[in-house]
Amino acid sequence: MAFQVVKNNSSIPLQQIPVLEYDVFFQEVLNLLKNKNCHCVNYYAVPAAEGLRFICCIADDNEHNIHVTSFVRNVDEAITLNSLTVHQKALHIYEREIHEHFGVEFLGHPWLKPVRFPFDKKAGAPDIPDYPFYGIKSHELHEVGVGPIHAGIIEPGHFRFVCNGEKVLHLEIHLGFQHRGMEQLMLQNENLLQRTILAESIAGDTVVGHNSAFCSAMEALGGITVSPNIHISRTIASELERIAMHTADLSALCTDVAFQLGSAVLQGLRTIIINTFMIWCGNRFARKLIRCGFEPYPLTNDLVSKIKQNLDLFEKRYAEVVDKTFDMPSVLARFDRTGIVTHEQSRLIGTVGMAARTTGIVRDIRQSHPYASYAEIKHEPVILETGDVKARAKLRDLEIRQSLAYIRILLEKYDHSGITASPQQVKLKPDMFVIALTEGWRGEICHSAITSKDGALAHYKIKDPSLNNWMALALAVRDNDISDFPVCNKSFNLSYCGYDL
Amino acid sequence: MIRTIKIVKHQGKQFIPDLQKAKLSELHTGKPVIAAASCKTSCDACIKICPTAAIALQPLTIDMGSCVFCRECTACPENIISFTNEYRIASNDPEMLKVTSGTTSIDFNPEIIRNEIHKIFGGSLKLRLVSDGSCNGCELELNAADNVNFDMSRYGIEFVASPRHTDGVVVTGALVENSIQALELTYEAIPSPKILIAVGACAVSGGIFKGSKALNRSFFAKHQPDLFIPGCPPHPLSIIDGILKLSGRL
Repeated sequence: MAFQVVKNNSSIPLQQIPVLEYDVFFQEVLNLLKNKNCHCVNYYAVPAAEGLRFICCIADDNEHNIHVTSFVRNVDEAITLNSLTVHQKALHIYEREIHEHFGVEFLGHPWLKPVRFPFDKKAGAPDIPDYPFYGIKSHELHEVGVGPIHAGIIEPGHFRFVCNGEKVLHLEIHLGFQHRGMEQLMLQNENLLQRTILAESIAGDTVVGHNSAFCSAMEALGGITVSPNIHISRTIASELERIAMHTADLSALCTDVAFQLGSAVLQGLRTIIINTFMIWCGNRFARKLIRCGFEPYPLTNDLVSKIKQNLDLFEKRYAEVVDKTFDMPSVLARFDRTGIVTHEQSRLIGTVGMAARTTGIVRDIRQSHPYASYAEIKHEPVILETGDVKARAKLRDLEIRQSLAYIRILLEKYDHSGITASPQQVKLKPDMFVIALTEGWRGEICHSAITSKDGALAHYKIKDPSLNNWMALALAVRDNDISDFPVCNKSFNLSYCGYDL
Repeated sequence: MIRTIKIVKHQGKQFIPDLQKAKLSELHTGKPVIAAASCKTSCDACIKICPTAAIALQPLTIDMGSCVFCRECTACPENIISFTNEYRIASNDPEMLKVTSGTTSIDFNPEIIRNEIHKIFGGSLKLRLVSDGSCNGCELELNAADNVNFDMSRYGIEFVASPRHTDGVVVTGALVENSIQALELTYEAIPSPKILIAVGACAVSGGIFKGSKALNRSFFAKHQPDLFIPGCPPHPLSIIDGILKLSGRL
């Protein structure tokens, strides 16, 4: 058997993952990825006793399971492999990451550039000022460099445009400026609380998305079954986070096209949602709300009615302002057919989450690999086809309305008579592998971990949806005016720190 | 037009008229309270649980500069540690952020405020953000500080797009090797006199990222911040309160 099949949020003994020869691995991975329902959710290398172990996880969205396989290479000699990216472009970022970390050469890889300049990169790999930009030597073209520090309250990253007059021919995105050593700290800090707070800080705008994945992974490794109430409250939190960030993004998109009314009203509406987190757990970003194996802030009857009140308050004012926004010719003139990513491009580069769903790809972990309470609510993803700024704005609008409905259903299902579990020691099982997927508001989050023979965390791997989607922004701005870059960038609102780790 | 008027009417007045009177939820985790200088059992439970080593004994002290306000130390068996919803927690002196049983409020140290700060920045204050190894949490709250609710620009305090237009830098994040050059260049590009503000546990102390090999905090060894705003992330009211106090408007 070439693959071990696992379900989302379940752990398996590490030895059950097949170890193939690279030729076989290569062929099997490519064969599986020919199936349009399959996409790679992570491919990375782990230093192991027997050498460098390469682990590839491919999700089958129709069968609702994840195929895991691996191969091993001796690290005593230089490792050279035929690149999978030649045949499956979506794997480019994973091979680049392995190359940067371990110096593995991928023959034929078209773009074997640094990813994030980690502090523990392979000796001799370039430092951050030496990023090898792509350039075109021509007297008619010019380059525009933006960043790493931008003209606003945003994270750092460098954008290098090659332009013909006002037209963007090419954009290259150079990141790594937020690299905090997240994956390494996950191992270095042995305390579960420290790790949980680190998970909350992978991307501070996706606290619920990342921390749910972390807690699910730890619960699976510790053999802890969580109560239906915990599943419900995590699902509610995840949808509240989606509403809050989608609303913030819609507001920012209005700002970028100078529609002041939408910008101001939506800012105020987002406050209602994040203040709902505040009355629930004392933090506007849902820090503290999710913990391994128990629920520190159970939903009381009083809280449920306050949440409902806030949702009602939000919904009435939200609908009128967003309907108005999408009726404004001045807004539509800027959104419509701006920053298009085609279905073919999107498939080719392996987008996830919103970027995939706005280009006609049905890709949503809530439906394909349901976790928490998503199986019960039978989530149907919103799919749009046009791949432009308008689609990315509209998708947010439709998802907000969907999330409001889900939260109302889930609030009714919460069992107030249920006994609340108390905090417990999480003892990880030895020699295990786990994979946990969640659908954050940006898209697919993948955490996977390996434990050692004495039950310690031996490896932790984090994938934020931004890792897959930054390339979509680079393609979206091609043939657009450079002045449309801000609105294109905002329409994706990708994470710098989630990518940089 | 009628729709627009309706929206504006339903929107109502979103701004908080007097920020000094704003009340936060009881659950908001603000300034801690320590009920006794020392504990009877010396069980070390608080020190062991604290994710950022913010707690010290003899006397029992919580350093808010490191604290991520996770509330886990409230599990103290003697109930000595609790948290209030007090958001006025910024100071110009990191020593003032250390809360002991004698702490009633977080104050400024008047002796180390440079003369020019009140004189030059007391009226209009333009700031530039440099995020350097952050998680985007502090950035969201800094943005919120100027949204329709908190409206920080009513005080003439605004974030601007260029170091040439600014009076100082606000730094978020734990300060990482990969961004150290960009931060230094931005700071150098600002005309003097200039101010420096550290926002969030990461900037103030390294926060949860303390001990990471990716950090490089040499910038703060060279340039002493004029203001420290603790929190993970700090509430917009904490941010505004701190900046108003620093610039002598409170």
